[in-house]
Amino acid sequence: MIGIYAENSEGIFKKAVLEAASYAKSLGDNVTAICISKPNEGEADKLAKYGINELVILEGISSFDAQNYAKVFFTVANQKRLQTIIIANTYEGKSLAPRISVLLNASLATNVVDFPNTTNGFTVKRAVFSGKGFAYVNLTRANKVIAITPNSIELKENNTAISVSTINAENNTKTTITGTSKTVGKIPLTEAEIVVSAGRGMKGPENWGMIEELALELGAATACSKPVSDMHWRPHSEHVGQTGITIKPNLYIAIGISGAIQHLAGVSSSKVIVAINKDPEAPFFKAADYGIVGDAFEILPQLLTAIKSGKN
Amino acid sequence: MKILVCMSVVPDTTTKINFTDNNTKLNTAGIQYIINPYDELSLTKALEITEKSGSTVTIVNVGLADADVVIRKALAIGANDAIRVNADPTDGQYVAEQIAEIAKAGAYDMILTGRESIDYNGGQVAGLLAQLLDIPSVNVCTKMDVIDGKAHFERDIDGGRETIITELPVIASAQKDLCEPRIPNMKGIMAARTKPLTVVEPKVIEGYSVYSQFESPVAKQAVQLFDSQNAAQLIEKLRETKVI
Ligand SMILES: Cc1cc2nc3c(=O)[nH]c(=O)nc-3n(C[C@H](O)[C@H](O)[C@H](O)COP(=O)(O)OP(=O)(O)OC[C@H]3O[C@@H](n4cnc5c(N)ncnc54)[C@H](O)[C@@H]3O)c2cc1C
Ligand SMILES: Nc1ncnc2c1ncn2[C@@H]1O[C@H](COP(=O)(O)O)[C@@H](O)[C@H]1O
Repeated sequence: MIGIYAENSEGIFKKAVLEAASYAKSLGDNVTAICISKPNEGEADKLAKYGINELVILEGISSFDAQNYAKVFFTVANQKRLQTIIIANTYEGKSLAPRISVLLNASLATNVVDFPNTTNGFTVKRAVFSGKGFAYVNLTRANKVIAITPNSIELKENNTAISVSTINAENNTKTTITGTSKTVGKIPLTEAEIVVSAGRGMKGPENWGMIEELALELGAATACSKPVSDMHWRPHSEHVGQTGITIKPNLYIAIGISGAIQHLAGVSSSKVIVAINKDPEAPFFKAADYGIVGDAFEILPQLLTAIKSGKN
Repeated sequence: MKILVCMSVVPDTTTKINFTDNNTKLNTAGIQYIINPYDELSLTKALEITEKSGSTVTIVNVGLADADVVIRKALAIGANDAIRVNADPTDGQYVAEQIAEIAKAGAYDMILTGRESIDYNGGQVAGLLAQLLDIPSVNVCTKMDVIDGKAHFERDIDGGRETIITELPVIASAQKDLCEPRIPNMKGIMAARTKPLTVVEPKVIEGYSVYSQFESPVAKQAVQLFDSQNAAQLIEKLRETKVI
């Protein structure tokens, strides 16, 4: 039997959860989703649309604690005899997947980017070396925990009827959350489908207005190169690359970034890459699909005008 | 306070990755090895914490003898001693099972790992180890401290940050922004030569996975350039191809 962890993001099942559902459904007909804390009205229907037959909601746990979550998840997984668990590789998913694999005595694969090959055993494809390569890995245990990279698995609609049940779970945590700060109104970098990113070519933090405006117009998140965050022009949480965040948006726009190997490692799996750089020899042009050689300060206003004029 | 810092040894970040033997192995020719950058952060943070309380930092690595030079570097940065489990790990699960043995024997108050190894990018070891030992864990930490016998953390969450207090023992993984990594000085390098580096043999475990084949990313087609005087064409192209 197959299960997914349906991460509850403030009552909502995000796209990554639906990707996990699509993946699970490709492995077999009966898929159980386990969710911790009650989702919003109508959210169960989203899961049904992607082939989930059963949703088990665990109530009574107020805050995320990986140890506690894994334990209550396992209780249900064990009861339902789930053998293969699909989890989206979000911050929460990454903390949970290894723990669940230990409890299930399962093989674990993280950063999985494609549907498995089951013709000879069970082989998954995972991204390694920060996107500089891929590995095919045979998962040899009977039980398996597979954490998939968001935006890698194609959504497949598969309408089914879903039964929903609620169980009270024991809240037994050794961690206390004492504060949360969320950047409201901004699209989180790890979830963004479009990312506008800028580097040292922007000269200084005072010039980020145009970058933010472009991001806003495109519904994009903003990112930056390492030196930009090292110099505190931008927050560390925006730093992408081998030692920053690895992202895989549909569109990555790099402005005034040279395209050093460590930077490319974190962004090269983006589906479409645009590079804007005044140096025609900038290495980014070798990694880009589209490019403009020129001064960012002249090009950005043109892009903004073109985007705005295309709307309405 | 005893802190165990799990350290992986990885190819330098400038390495061009390619594969040999019909794409079944990483081509290691010419690769320089370094301390996994996230582990440099957790090591530095462990030193900061123990310097306040006067206690010890032990490095553990699961690897073969060629890791020793890199382990010595971690000792030069300031760790008190190191343990190497003499094995070529097959996956994160193998690593975690080996380190669990070391952790059980050592009764550490805190076990630190990196957010992930920049080679196989599993991001697995912290969670695996935490569950094998059945203790709390806090991932992707941007702050760590121990105050009055409790661990205090700040961690990344989707779209923000969170502060957390936990009991000890605890496992935590280091995220960028935790601290500025220390680099070894001459005194440290001299001292490191005589610090204990114990080599232990691995415990035999049943495998979890087999890396059968590798693949390099598909090379991009040549870039399509647009005129800098007519940047609007780029937007048109992105619209046409339904990218935006
Ligand atoms: C261990 C290690 C890890 C690292 N990890 C990362 C990482 O994770 N992420 C990362 O990003 N880097 C990382 N780096 C740093 C990396 O090697 C590069 O130094 C960095 O990416 C360069 O940033 P940049 O492109 O913004 O700056 P620069 O290299 O200074 O490039 C600026 C670019 O802007 C262009 N430019 C200048 N003015 C304009 C203008 N007016 N209009 C248009 N273009 C202009 C220039 O032609 C140039 O190409 C790492 C380095 C090391 C050693
Ligand atoms: N071979 C190893 N020896 C010791 N620690 C390791 C090893 N591999 C991974 N780790 C630790 O686990 C963290 C996460 O690695 P991974 O799960 O492989 O991405 C690393 O930052 C290290 O702290």
